[in-house]
Amino acid sequence: MSADTEAEASEEEVQSEAEAPEEETAEALEPDPVREALRDRLGAELGEALVATDLASGVQLTVRVTAEAWRTAGLVVRDQLGCRWFDFLSAIDWLPSPYGRYEDDGMTPPSDPDTEIETGIAGGETRFQVFARVVDTAAHTDVILKTDVPDDTLTVPSWVTVYDGADWHERETWEMFGISFDGHPALRNIYLPSDFEGNPLRKDFPLIARIVKPWPGIIDVEPMPAEDEEAAPDEAASKESAPEEGESS
Amino acid sequence: MTAVTDREQLRYVAAQAADARINFEIETEGMTLNLGPQHPATHGTLRIVAKLDAEQVISAEPIAGYMHRGYEKLCEVRTYPQVTTLINRIDWLGSFANEVPFILAAERLMDVEAPPRAQWIRTALFEMSRIANLVLFAGDTALQLGGQTAAFYGFRDREYVLNQIEAVTGGRFHPNFDRIGGLKDDLPKGWIADTKLAMEKVRSFCDEIDELVTGNEIFQIRTRGIGVIPGDVAQSYGLSGANLRGSGVNWDLRRDAPSGMVHSELDWKVHVHPDGDSFSRWWVRIQEIREASHLVDQCLDGLPSGPIMAKVPRIIKVPAGEAYVQTENPLGAMGYYVVSKGDLGPFRLKIRSASFNNVSILHWVLRGVYVPDIISILSSLYFILGDIDR
Repeated sequence: MSADTEAEASEEEVQSEAEAPEEETAEALEPDPVREALRDRLGAELGEALVATDLASGVQLTVRVTAEAWRTAGLVVRDQLGCRWFDFLSAIDWLPSPYGRYEDDGMTPPSDPDTEIETGIAGGETRFQVFARVVDTAAHTDVILKTDVPDDTLTVPSWVTVYDGADWHERETWEMFGISFDGHPALRNIYLPSDFEGNPLRKDFPLIARIVKPWPGIIDVEPMPAEDEEAAPDEAASKESAPEEGESS
Repeated sequence: MTAVTDREQLRYVAAQAADARINFEIETEGMTLNLGPQHPATHGTLRIVAKLDAEQVISAEPIAGYMHRGYEKLCEVRTYPQVTTLINRIDWLGSFANEVPFILAAERLMDVEAPPRAQWIRTALFEMSRIANLVLFAGDTALQLGGQTAAFYGFRDREYVLNQIEAVTGGRFHPNFDRIGGLKDDLPKGWIADTKLAMEKVRSFCDEIDELVTGNEIFQIRTRGIGVIPGDVAQSYGLSGANLRGSGVNWDLRRDAPSGMVHSELDWKVHVHPDGDSFSRWWVRIQEIREASHLVDQCLDGLPSGPIMAKVPRIIKVPAGEAYVQTENPLGAMGYYVVSKGDLGPFRLKIRSASFNNVSILHWVLRGVYVPDIISILSSLYFILGDIDR
């Protein structure tokens, strides 16, 4: 970092850019015929099952399909689009963490945690989303697929019969998020002990280490003098709520 | 913490009892062979439960989780600059390479680009961590197949590269040097000349290894035709890096999906071997060490002048969005899916590590092989435990 003045100036730049959605500006700048063609083909193959798409021009194509069509979508991208290379499969829990954003002090969770679910690109309606990425190594194209996981069943169809590599990824997603995969031959823990309770990557699973001992690293993000107005409310709020929460726990 | 409990242990015993009956024609008894968690061939604490019929493996199951550190959870409560400290420890032999895709993903979300000089130095350090990683692979694989000398050469020559990495970053194993928008520091004085000497040593190491190991008859017998993985199977399991190119799939992210580094401006080639066996994976890696040393040389020759840090705010807040960046790391394709909600830290960070996919094929590839070949296959698939367990 060279000088503080420069840093402040660029801070403003970045902030202003953040307000405009990145994908749209990029799309306006340059067309991406390859990914657009992919998107159109997927739309033609999947029809109604394709819920939403998001194209970051020149970067990545994200499509969202219905949970019922998850396996079909896998077959389509594998066989019709030629994406034979399996990259990864995982999930996102969109629930804001009830323990605060950084869990810097496990003793003082915010008094009214934000519970509004706000999903990312290509949208979404449910708390959990499963997403995967596959690549066509011959044509050098790739696609990220997403699907909403129904809140009541927490089950999506398995990809094991589509991509062999999905086996371990689904096991990991199952133990970390508690999402089942219909058709997976053996959903067993892959990392955790088999008697482990809970799903660690869910946002409502506390990071126990932080509760035992507050994270000292939060000192590193102390606000700079110039940014006092912005960061101060957060800090004040956590200090205020400290005594009462301390007693209750 | 062990990943295996009594219940699972009982399951294995029961399965073992069932296997005991499989080959009654020639009256052999099945047995279960536990490889690891502490075994030199597992590069850490991977356990492989192999069920044997005499000398042949009927089924093998890799069991991970002995070193799971929960980085994806931890990263959710760290700030962006703090995340690099953690992810340094994923593939600890080529640490700098771990930082690069994450930094690139954050840069993409922030719409920041590192200045040219930072990109060139980044590429040089990226390739040097590849050398530091793969030189140890060469030594270690030879050691596991019975050639001790190569292992000592490997450790000796890796030191030259590590010293150079240390000279610029201050850390031998965990540089933590890459920053959003550039690099922490510029190169120290005299570093370029020293590094070129080190690259010379790396190339002579490759020649030595070729003489000692690659052309060695015993080595060839132990690796040729062993653990054959066809290209389509490799793709379906998501194998990457030399494992994929050793199966004849011509796919290298440095060439085919370049991002944030300058590989496209350099003169180099991707090595592919069609056989898909242990030997081809070994051969591809040795070629890649050579190629990487040339890449480093070219980076140092073409190094532009200028700043090494773009203008970024002192407190890094990444705008809301999602970005996935994948690079061709020493062990294979490594990617980070960063979900940001405009905070100081990532909302969710999916770490796609190469070894996780590379090891998931073990149950397929180990079926039917003979016991000594397990070692050859394990070491040629080449994984780092930190890269599986994360």
